[in-house]
Amino acid sequence: MYIIVSIAILTTMVLALVRALMGPSAYDRVLAVNVFGTKTVLLLSVIAFLYGRPDFLDLALAYALINMVGILAVLEYFQNRARRKSRAEDD
Amino acid sequence: MIFIFGLFLLTLLVITAIAIVRTEDLFVAVMLTSIFSLLMAANFFILDAADVALTEAAVGAGVTTVIFLCALALTDNKEKPRQGSRWVTFSTVGVLALLIIYATFDKPRLGDPDAPVHQHIAPWYIEKTTEYMDIPNVVTAILSSFRGYDTLGEVFVVFAACIGVLFILGVSPPRKTKQTTEKTTGLRHHLIPQVVGRLLIPFIVLFGLYVQFHGEYGPGGGFQAGAIIATGVILYALLEGESEALRAIPRGVLLGMVIGGALLYGSVGVVCMFMGGAFLDYSVLASDPVFGQQLGILIIEAGVGMAVCGALLAIFHAFASREILS
Amino acid sequence: MIDVALDVLSWILLVLGGACVLIGGIGGLRLPNFYTRIHAASLTDTMATILIFSGMMLQAGFSLATLKLFAIMLFLLLTGPTATYALANAALLSGLKPDAGTTSDKPKESLPE
Repeated sequence: MYIIVSIAILTTMVLALVRALMGPSAYDRVLAVNVFGTKTVLLLSVIAFLYGRPDFLDLALAYALINMVGILAVLEYFQNRARRKSRAEDD
Repeated sequence: MIFIFGLFLLTLLVITAIAIVRTEDLFVAVMLTSIFSLLMAANFFILDAADVALTEAAVGAGVTTVIFLCALALTDNKEKPRQGSRWVTFSTVGVLALLIIYATFDKPRLGDPDAPVHQHIAPWYIEKTTEYMDIPNVVTAILSSFRGYDTLGEVFVVFAACIGVLFILGVSPPRKTKQTTEKTTGLRHHLIPQVVGRLLIPFIVLFGLYVQFHGEYGPGGGFQAGAIIATGVILYALLEGESEALRAIPRGVLLGMVIGGALLYGSVGVVCMFMGGAFLDYSVLASDPVFGQQLGILIIEAGVGMAVCGALLAIFHAFASREILS
Repeated sequence: MIDVALDVLSWILLVLGGACVLIGGIGGLRLPNFYTRIHAASLTDTMATILIFSGMMLQAGFSLATLKLFAIMLFLLLTGPTATYALANAALLSGLKPDAGTTSDKPKESLPE
């Protein structure tokens, strides 16, 4: 039963990758990276169970925590650009 | 089953790599690099290499993306158009690729039990780990004890990389304090990331410490723990502003961690020499040789973790606190 | 008897979770606008997380693995909506307008493309 779920998750990862390659704006690509990250956590957990190795769940836990930091860094990057642009327009 | 998963993931890897090279927008390239790291981590995972997968996920998809974005904030978004033809490059890469593909024809198949490496080396390591060290994770045993010299070299490489980046970026020594012009950086105005981030930072640091000390029993060790703890501090820097994070853990402390980690590792080796054994032979550290080995592994993993955490944070601060010149 | 019931229940939960993941993936490709795609990605993500991890926790019984699965589920439930908020906020601050009922992807303001 885990195989069906892992195939579904892999298919969604492919679809997210297509969105990352195709997305007209930058935000679509960041959304695709976010979706990819959470699907990777799900895939790692399911495959860890599939292999019968519950101590591999540490990887999924580590990545679930780290995923958010990347997206927050992107938010900070966009804010920085907007701030710089407004400051350049003020000068 | 591994075959199908591996084929899938490797095909996605090739597509992502081609897209990274072909795009002109650098932000897109950074995002696709993050996806690339995740695919590599999944690949290592289905090949049963959990330690490497954890390191790749923590470093590649976490810290490296943030450092790339910091560097990208200092420069323009689009790649400069390239003049001239690329025939020399293409031909060189093509010839090298064909050579490498030809060299893989003699390689034994993945997991072949008749391969030469499985006749002597692998069984020896698996037996002697239980006899000398009695820890369940053979990878950590090989990394820290049997091949301890190589890991010492790796820590010194991390140290040299950190110092090199700091020299290139012209970071002033920690004695001079820099006056910050304005304090409107950080996500302080957004309530939801603030609350969730503050909730998560202690868990991230706690999980980093768990991975550090659990490295003898499961996937983990110093490199992964250093990257995870660095991610926690980077989250704090993103929420509160980079200058606040620099006030919380100043640059002197970061450099001290890098130097201290490398020195700790080297001094364990020297202490072993003083107590009668060879350099980095941990059996002489305690009265029981097995306990001595475990103690030695614990201490050097702590050194590695300190060095990696300090180096990643120093490089992050070197990029993030840089004023834009134009 | 109870084993069979647990197996059937976790089968159902896992298959439903897989279906949610697929729906989210298809929605991410077919929906017209960025803000609608965020809906597809985040809602199905959260639902699939709950379903798949509940299915796996039923299979694991009372062990350390269940605690770890619960911790992963908790962190995913916390960080998923936060990331969605951060992304939507970044897009709104940079001027991407949420057009209602548009089929084109061309944003109205100038954007980092």
